[in-house]
Amino acid sequence: MDRTKKKATKVQVVIVGGGIIGTAVARELSRYKLDVLLLEAEPEVGWGTTKANSGIVHGGFHEEPGTLKAKYCFPGNQMYPQLCEELDVCFKQNGILMVARTPEEMDTVQLYYERGKERGVNVRLLNQEEVVAQEPNLDPGIIGALYAPEGGSVMPFELAAALMENAVQNGVNFRVNAEVINAWTEDGKKYLETEEEVFEADYVINAAGLFSDDLARMFGDDYFSIRPRKGEEYIFDLSVRDVVKSTIFPVPGKISKGILVIPTAAGNLMMGPTGDNVDEKEDLGTTQDGFNRVFEGAKSLVPSLNPRQIIAQFAGVRAASDRGDFIVELSPNVPGLVHLAGIESPGLTAAPAIAADVPRLLKEAGLELEQKEHFEPRRRDVLRFGSLSREEQDALVKKDPSYGRIICRCESITEGEIVDAIHRGARTLDGIKFRVRAGAGRCQGGFCQPLITQLLSRELDIPVTAVTKAGPGSEQVKFVAKELSEMEVAKS
Amino acid sequence: MKQVHVDVAVIGGGPAGLAAALAAHSEGAGRVLIIERNVELGGILQQCIHHGFGLHRFKQELTGPEYAQRFINLVKETDIEVMLETMVLEVTPERKIYAVNSQTGMLEINAKAVVLAMGCRERTRGALRIPGGRPAGVFSAGTAQRYVNIDGYMPGKKAVILGSGDIGLIMARRFTLEGAKVEAVVEVLPYAAGLTRNVVQCLEDYDIPLYLQSTVIEIHGTKRIEAVTIAQVDAQWNPIPGTERKIECDTLLLSVGLVPENELSSQAGVAIDPVTNGPLVDESMMTNIPGIFACGNVLHVHDLVDNVSRESERAGMYAGRFAVGSSNPAPRRIKVVAGDNIRYVVPHEVSTTEPVEFFMRVQRPEDSVVLDVGGLRQLKKTSVRPSEMLDVKITPEQLQSLEGDTLVMQIVPQKEA
Amino acid sequence: MQKHITCTVCPMSCDVVLELSADGEILSLTGNKCPRGKVYATKEHTAPERTLTSIVKVSGGAHPVLPVRTNKPIPKEKLREGMAAAATIQVQAPVTMGDVIVKDFLGLDVDLVATRDI
Repeated sequence: MDRTKKKATKVQVVIVGGGIIGTAVARELSRYKLDVLLLEAEPEVGWGTTKANSGIVHGGFHEEPGTLKAKYCFPGNQMYPQLCEELDVCFKQNGILMVARTPEEMDTVQLYYERGKERGVNVRLLNQEEVVAQEPNLDPGIIGALYAPEGGSVMPFELAAALMENAVQNGVNFRVNAEVINAWTEDGKKYLETEEEVFEADYVINAAGLFSDDLARMFGDDYFSIRPRKGEEYIFDLSVRDVVKSTIFPVPGKISKGILVIPTAAGNLMMGPTGDNVDEKEDLGTTQDGFNRVFEGAKSLVPSLNPRQIIAQFAGVRAASDRGDFIVELSPNVPGLVHLAGIESPGLTAAPAIAADVPRLLKEAGLELEQKEHFEPRRRDVLRFGSLSREEQDALVKKDPSYGRIICRCESITEGEIVDAIHRGARTLDGIKFRVRAGAGRCQGGFCQPLITQLLSRELDIPVTAVTKAGPGSEQVKFVAKELSEMEVAKS
Repeated sequence: MKQVHVDVAVIGGGPAGLAAALAAHSEGAGRVLIIERNVELGGILQQCIHHGFGLHRFKQELTGPEYAQRFINLVKETDIEVMLETMVLEVTPERKIYAVNSQTGMLEINAKAVVLAMGCRERTRGALRIPGGRPAGVFSAGTAQRYVNIDGYMPGKKAVILGSGDIGLIMARRFTLEGAKVEAVVEVLPYAAGLTRNVVQCLEDYDIPLYLQSTVIEIHGTKRIEAVTIAQVDAQWNPIPGTERKIECDTLLLSVGLVPENELSSQAGVAIDPVTNGPLVDESMMTNIPGIFACGNVLHVHDLVDNVSRESERAGMYAGRFAVGSSNPAPRRIKVVAGDNIRYVVPHEVSTTEPVEFFMRVQRPEDSVVLDVGGLRQLKKTSVRPSEMLDVKITPEQLQSLEGDTLVMQIVPQKEA
Repeated sequence: MQKHITCTVCPMSCDVVLELSADGEILSLTGNKCPRGKVYATKEHTAPERTLTSIVKVSGGAHPVLPVRTNKPIPKEKLREGMAAAATIQVQAPVTMGDVIVKDFLGLDVDLVATRDI
C-alpha cells in the first residue's frame, strides 16, 4: 500500500471525532497526564450529528435493561447538573412527560414507570387531572402520563464546544478541518493521516460518528456498520415558548421515541424528530413529507401549534449502528483502539457517562493513567449580555464598549459576545450562530448577517468574500461589486 | 445608568421616524429624540437606490436615498436630537425606553410620548419551510440588497428569485445590471405581485422569465446552493406533480413578504391586529397604551413612502400634542370594520372630532367598484388590487353624521352602488 | 405586424396594441384608456428611455459605495454601457446629494449625480 511520505508526529492518544462523544472524552482524558489530540473533520467541533441533535437529556426510563444504552443513559443524566454548572452551559431541567391517550398506551407508560423506578429514576405517574393541571395546553384526549422531573435539555453544540474549550484549557490539542483520510497499523503502531499531517498514536479513540465504521475498516475492523437515520426538526418563534413546560413525549413506537414537542434550552419551542433510514450519510435536507409527519405528531400532543409560526428547520443524521445499541469497546483485533460507535439516542445524555468509562477501557488496553494535580473543571465564564440586569449591562458596556453595540437584534447579541465567540474558535457564520445565537432568531440573520460577516472579516483578517457560512466552499458573498461587471466588460 | 427625559421619543430613524419627529417638533414638543440602531438615518431607503419615490409628495421620482436625504436635511436644521447606533431593548407601558449604545452604555429614556417607527422585517426561508439543505447563497431579497447597495458586494452570479413583489423585481434588475444572470422570477400567485411598471422595467427589459403560479419546492446543494427545483402549484398552493423543473443557480433570493417588527410593541402591552401584524390604533395613530403611537411599516406594510410620510406626520403631530398636554380626550368612539373585499383598515377606531385618513388594502383584485366609507362617502374605482394600498379622507362632520358606532369600509360592485 | 406595450403611467396598466409597418412605423394604436397611454406607448416604441441608478466606488465615506443616478432618463439601449462606465468610477468623500459625478455621461446631455451625502 502506498504510504505517505509525510513525517509522523507521535501522539499518545488520538481522538477521532469532535462530536459530543469525542469532546466529552477529550475533557475526561484531560484530567490525566496524557498527550491528547482530537481530530475533527468539520470546521468546528460538534458539527456532525451533534449539531442537529434534539438536545434532550433523557430521564433514563426508556432504555431496555441489559443494553449499553441503559448502562450509560441514567448515569449520564445524573451527571448533567454538575457538568453544565462547571462548563457554564445552560441545562434546562424542565422535566419530561410521556403521555398516554388510551388505556393500552397507559399500560405501556406504566411499564416505563416501573422500569424507571427500578433504575432509580425520579418518576411519577400522573392522572388526567394532574396532567391538565401541569400542562393545560395538551390534547384533552390525554388520559395520563409519566413525569420525570430530572430530564431536560441543553444546546448540544454549545455543550460540545464548551467541553472542547475546557479540554483545551487543560492541555488537550485539537485540529479542525482535519478529516482522517487514511488510517493503518504498521509494526504494531497505529497511524492516522489527514490532508496536512500524519500521526503515530499509541491509543486511538474512534468517536467518528457517522464515519466510525469507515475508520474502523481502515484499521481492519469490519464487524459493524453505521445505518444512517435522518431526523427533521422544526423551530417555532419565541412568542410560542410557553405553550408547554416540559418536553412532551408520546408513547414510543418500535423504532423511535416518536414526535416530540420540545421547549429547548435556547428558548424556542421545537417539534420533531422524524426517524427515516437514509442511504446518504450526509443527506441533511428537510422534506415536505417529513414536515407533514412532524406536524401531525406534534399537533396530536399540542393542538394549538400553528405552522405559520415556524421560523426555521433543520435535519440531522443519527449514527445508528446495525447492532441497535451503543458500541463501547476495545477493538478485538487492533490493540489500543477503542470504538465508541453507534451512539444514537440517548447518546447526548449518555455522553458524560461513556466518557467517564473510557479510562477503564484504556487501562485495560495497557495505558497507565495518572491524574493531574491541577485539573480545572470550570470553563471560563461566558458573558451573555441578554441575561444581565440593566445595571449589569450598563457596567459591562462601560468596561468594554463592544458590548454596547447590539448586532443581532432578535436575540440581543452584542459585538462583544460575537468577538468573544470568534476568540473561542468560531470561524464561520454558522459557528457564530451556534455559539451565541446571533442569526438564530426570528429574522434568521436578515438584519445581522451583513454585520456578522464584517466582524468575521475583521477579526479573522480575511476579505468579506472569504467569510463562509460553514467552512470552505460555503462563502456567503462571492464577489466584490463591479467585479462581475468588469468580467462582463472584459468578455465583450 | 444615564437617565434622559424627552417630550417625544421616536424609535426608528427611517422615513416614518423622520416625518414623525419633524411633525412632533413643529407641534411644539421641546425635546424630540430619534433613536436609530444604524450608523445613519434614512432606514431602508438608504439601500433602495432605485428611483420611483416621492411622486405624490414631491412630484418627482426620487431615489430612496434622495427621499431620505431631504428629510435628514430638515431634521438637521432643527434641534431634534439623534442617537445613532443605539438599540432599543425595551419599552414599558409607562413610556420608559431602555436603549444601549457603545458610547454611553445603558440609557433609560423617559418620554412623555413615544412613536413606534421600527419598520418591518422580511419573511424567511424558514417561515416558508422550503425543503432541502441549508447551503450558503440563500438570502432574503432585502439582505442581498443591503450587501450590494451599502456594502458593495455581489452575493453570486446566477440567481433565482422567489416572489414577484417589488423587492424581488427590483433585485432582479439590480442583479442583472451588476453583471449577474437572473434565471427566473418565480411567483405563487397567478399574477405578478408588484407594480406593472416594475414588471416591465425589471423583467421584460432584461428578458427575465416570470413563472406564475409556481414556487420553489427544493433547494439543492450542501455547501453552496447549486440549483432549485420549481413546480407549478394548484389553487391551494400545493405543488402539481409532473411540473417540476430544476434551475441551476448559485444564489436564491426570497421576496416573500414583510412582517411588521412589533416585538417591542407586544412586550410593552400594545394590542396587535392579527391581520396587519401591527398595532391597533385610533385616528391619532395612538395605540391602546396612552402616549404610545405607531406609524409606517411597523403599523402596516406600505407600498408608497409618500403615504408613510403622511401617516407618520399625523402620528408625530398627535404625539407632540400629547407630550405638551394639548390633546383632548374624544367622547365618542367609532369602531372601523373591514367589510366586503377589504382585508384591513387603519386606523381601527376613530372619534368624531378629528379628520381622518384611512389606509386600507383589498382582499382580492376587482374591477369597476365603489369604495363605500360607512355610507358617508363613495369613491368610484376602475380597479382595486391587494398590492396597491387605498386611502380616503373623512371629515369630522361626516363622522358625526354616522349612525351607530360602527363604520363599515367595503368594496361594492359599481352596478349595485 | 403587432406589438403589445403595457402602459405603466397609472395602475390600469392598459395593454396598448401598436400596428406597425414593415419598417416599424406606427400605423395605428389602440387599447389605451386615456391619451397618456398613446404618448407613453409611442415613446416606448420609438425611443424608449430609462433612468439609470447604480452605485460607484467611494473612498473615505461611511460606506464603500455611493448610490448615483442619471439626472435624466437615457436611451434604454445605453443602459449596459452606462453600467460598464459606472463600474470604473472611483470617487472621494465627502460628497453631497446632487454633486455631479460625471458630466455629460456617455457623451449625452445627462449628468451622473450623487443621490445622498456621504
